Amino acid sequence: MAKHPTPLLDQLESGPWPSFVSDMKHAAEQRHKNPRGTNQQIPEGVIDDLLGLLEMSFEDGTTHWKHGGIVGVFGYGGGVIGRYCDQPDKFPGVAHFHTVRLNQPSGLYYKADYLEELCDLWDMRGSGMTNMHGSTGDIIWLGTTTPQLEEIFYELTHKHNQDLGGSGSNLRTPACCLGMSRCEYACIDAQDICHTFTNEYQDMLHRPQFPYKFKIKVDGCPNGCVCSIARSDFSIIGTWKDDIKIDQAAVKAYVGGEIAPNAGAHAGRDWGKFDIQKEVIDLCPTKCMSYEGGKLAIDTKNCYRCMHCINVMPKALRVGDERGASILVGAKAPILDGAQMSSLLVPFVPAEGSYDEIKEVLESIWDWWMEEGKNRERLGETLKRLGFQKVLEVTGIKPMAQHVKEPRTNPYIFWKEDEVPGGWTRDINDYRKLHQR
Amino acid sequence: MAFVSSGYNPDKPMEGRISDIGPRLYKDFLPPVLEKNYGKWVSHEILEPGLLVHEAESGDKVYTVRVGSARLVSTEYIREACEVAKKYCDGYIRWTTRNNIEFMTTSLESAKALKADLNGRKFDKGSYKFPVGGTGASVSNIVHTQGWIHCHTPATDASGTVKVIMDELFEDFTNMRMPAIVRVAVACCLNMCGACHCSDLAVVGFHRKPPYVDHEYLDNLCEIPLAIASCPTGALKPGKTDLADGKKVNTILVNQERCMYCGNCYTMCPSLPLSDKEGDGVIIMVGGKVSNRISMPKFSKVAVAFIPNEPPRWPTLAKVCKKIISTYAAEANKYERLGDWAERIGWESFFEKCDLEFTHHLIDDFRDPAYFTWRQSTNFKF
Ligand code: HEM
Ligand code: HEM
Ligand code: HEM
Ligand code: HEM
Ligand code: SF4
Ligand code: SF4
Ligand code: SF4
Ligand code: SF4
Repeated sequence: MAKHPTPLLDQLESGPWPSFVSDMKHAAEQRHKNPRGTNQQIPEGVIDDLLGLLEMSFEDGTTHWKHGGIVGVFGYGGGVIGRYCDQPDKFPGVAHFHTVRLNQPSGLYYKADYLEELCDLWDMRGSGMTNMHGSTGDIIWLGTTTPQLEEIFYELTHKHNQDLGGSGSNLRTPACCLGMSRCEYACIDAQDICHTFTNEYQDMLHRPQFPYKFKIKVDGCPNGCVCSIARSDFSIIGTWKDDIKIDQAAVKAYVGGEIAPNAGAHAGRDWGKFDIQKEVIDLCPTKCMSYEGGKLAIDTKNCYRCMHCINVMPKALRVGDERGASILVGAKAPILDGAQMSSLLVPFVPAEGSYDEIKEVLESIWDWWMEEGKNRERLGETLKRLGFQKVLEVTGIKPMAQHVKEPRTNPYIFWKEDEVPGGWTRDINDYRKLHQR
Repeated sequence: MAFVSSGYNPDKPMEGRISDIGPRLYKDFLPPVLEKNYGKWVSHEILEPGLLVHEAESGDKVYTVRVGSARLVSTEYIREACEVAKKYCDGYIRWTTRNNIEFMTTSLESAKALKADLNGRKFDKGSYKFPVGGTGASVSNIVHTQGWIHCHTPATDASGTVKVIMDELFEDFTNMRMPAIVRVAVACCLNMCGACHCSDLAVVGFHRKPPYVDHEYLDNLCEIPLAIASCPTGALKPGKTDLADGKKVNTILVNQERCMYCGNCYTMCPSLPLSDKEGDGVIIMVGGKVSNRISMPKFSKVAVAFIPNEPPRWPTLAKVCKKIISTYAAEANKYERLGDWAERIGWESFFEKCDLEFTHHLIDDFRDPAYFTWRQSTNFKF
């Protein structure tokens, strides 16, 4: 198949950052040469056509993809997104170009052999183009035809022990940070929680039953490397209750300049000598630290675990031992009424064993949201519409001052009838006994 | 080529069907040193840009080399990354949530060799395949969405804009000279699949024209009530119109004043396309963060209401991004995120220092929350 000229895209081959155009051109060539003798099931010229179509978008400043059609694999309501191009005659290789989402392993670790097996399958039954990874976390395979979908699913499940991810009004593929596998800050086993919840709720992941999408993300600590507070309807974030552990000798070593602050993160510039007062004590948002007489002290009762001091002196300070998770709910993107971040629902919950306490909270929220949520309404929007009190009610969680940044400024308070002595059913004649008309 | 069956039998889809098995178990993919010291890490250090060491209670160490990568990658590219992993890391490899790739090894010597090897691999036209960096107080890789490569609603491209912004900020990816980490995101439409709204610097694709109405086909292709219900601003209503041939058809009428160009209606109804070469472009938002460190997580704020699409290299966009980042780098205190810096100096100073014009488009007028962004105080700077 003839290549299409791509004078505009070619300009994205210069510059130091990895050029996806160079990569695609190389991949297109390899597809023609076919060094591994792959039995290509979709057109050989698929990547040439993808480049040609993209060049056309660069020329005329708009996309050339049409709506997703309804395609998928039998029994699943997600995991595949239908995609067709609006120039099928010019670019037949990408006339049908569906996305397949593969559920990523927790923490995004792989063995090369496994990835190569996946590459073999995708070279054979798809375009060979991917996203590592999509925004939700899945491995995204870009571009195959409808007849290949069941074949791909069959091979994934039978040969690679690998399932699809979520899309549509489903539970979306949960995601987590790398947690305990390589991070000393991890207060909870983010990877295990993510894996456990993904498996426990396979039905929700594959079969639409919610008003809209629902995302679960797990951060091992308040640093928030997977941004769960901003990106998930249900954010599980590791935290602790007791003292930050202090190694006074190591603190001295930081003060003395023997250890670089912030794990060396600022090494590229001369910021002057490390100043513990200025860089740690004064920046502590709760002003709960002091450094006097060569000794660092933290008033645990007032620390709100922002991670700053620990990030600056990781060799001297460790998160506490009484660890668990905070649960926050309701983040969503701006679409419609503005972006929302997750709001604190459960300040502390142990996160061990089978995570039953967390599941209980999650399931009671689902039960309520499935009942009350409007079509295409994210949990955060339902919360806004019906009030935070509702979610406390359905989860049986006691309201506490931790739930708010500040108490309400608006005194129009709704009471329930049974909260007011005597209720609301009153006889006007009783009133008239005291007040003339 | 001839169709090759996997073994699937379309006449009996349920025969031997395997479903709901979930992802692969992450433990099977952990490098042995990570598996052994799981949950037992005590500290870490960034030895040089892109090279981390983590130390466990046992005294074991693991060296990690982090490299940037495009998010849109071919199997050829993945295979090359795998080849590197096999050569240096016993075949183990990991991706980060920001599309970086990490190679881990237990020997510093091997990590250094790995770093040199990775930095030496280039594409034909000279761009790095695996540039080492993205650690510490740097501009890390950009999280982003699909854009023109694969979505139906984008107002800009994602892979292209990311490439030019990272070219522009490359030295800040490979160095650690920022006051704090800088997180950049690109989302190609307001759906913000990439959820830009809490990034230090966010580029968001934006349409500026209400949808076309393809009256002739609309009633055949769309469920009119569904499309109308999808509009968040109530800009759509059912109606009738006369086609050129005099035929009367049911259709949808758009109240253009009310439209916020979100494209929800187009998602429900293909007869309401809205993308447009002149209308489409990007918004720049700044000052968001997700970490709880020092200050609370916060949303990004609109700093530039519109920059036109200028493919293939979006020069205006690249210039503005560079200006904002370099002003921040020069002015902010150590540990201060971009949004914290802007709040400290005041947004009026932010616009002045970054040479950005403040226009009426930057004053919020969208529903109730708008009021809370106006200034209810006499405290401001001249
Ligand atoms: C009207 C609303 C929306 C529509 C029509 C829509 C449509 C789409 C489509 C068609 C894709 C697939 C692109 C592709 O791979 O071909 C996609 C991807 C995605 N969408 Fe949306 N979306 C909407 C809202 C949102 C919102 C509000 C979010 C929230 C964050 C979101 C998150 C995502 C994510 C994470 C992906 C994967 C994208 C990637 O990895 O690049 N979407 N969306
Ligand atoms: C629940 C709703 C409120 C009610 C029923 C209410 C009622 C009243 C009444 C009856 C007066 C006295 C008028 C007079 O006879 O001089 C008054 C005065 C005033 N109210 Fe309110 N008020 C309400 C909320 C507020 C709020 C929310 C604010 C401001 C944030 C406010 C600010 C004032 C001020 C500034 C005065 C004048 C006080 C003065 O003369 O020193 N009111 N209000
Ligand atoms: C010294 C303290 C920190 C350490 C040791 C640390 C460690 C890490 C590690 C190991 C990753 C890779 C995790 C993954 O990709 O799943 C990561 C990623 C990330 N971290 Fe941190 N982190 C620190 C502080 C922070 C802070 C303060 C923030 C936010 C303000 C932050 C935001 C992120 C984000 C957004 C990512 C994704 C970036 C990427 O994958 O390249 N981190 N961090
Ligand atoms: C640092 C790395 C970031 C990554 C890797 C990232 C990635 C993503 C992705 C992939 C999505 C799609 C939605 C999803 O899958 O949940 C998303 C959504 C979102 N992101 Fe980010 N983003 C990052 C930073 C931020 C920041 C800094 C914010 C700021 C608040 C943010 C806010 C959001 C929001 C609000 C959504 C929509 C969430 C939803 O509706 O589910 N993201 N982000
Ligand atoms: S969120 Fe916390 S525990 Fe998880 S990788 Fe980031 S710093 Fe480590
Ligand atoms: S974690 Fe944050 S709040 Fe707590 S002592 Fe350290 S700097 Fe202060
Ligand atoms: S941000 Fe918008 S255009 Fe980009 S992939 Fe998501 S829905 Fe599509
Ligand atoms: S683009 Fe959005 S606001 Fe405009 S008519 Fe369509 S749904 Fe309504």
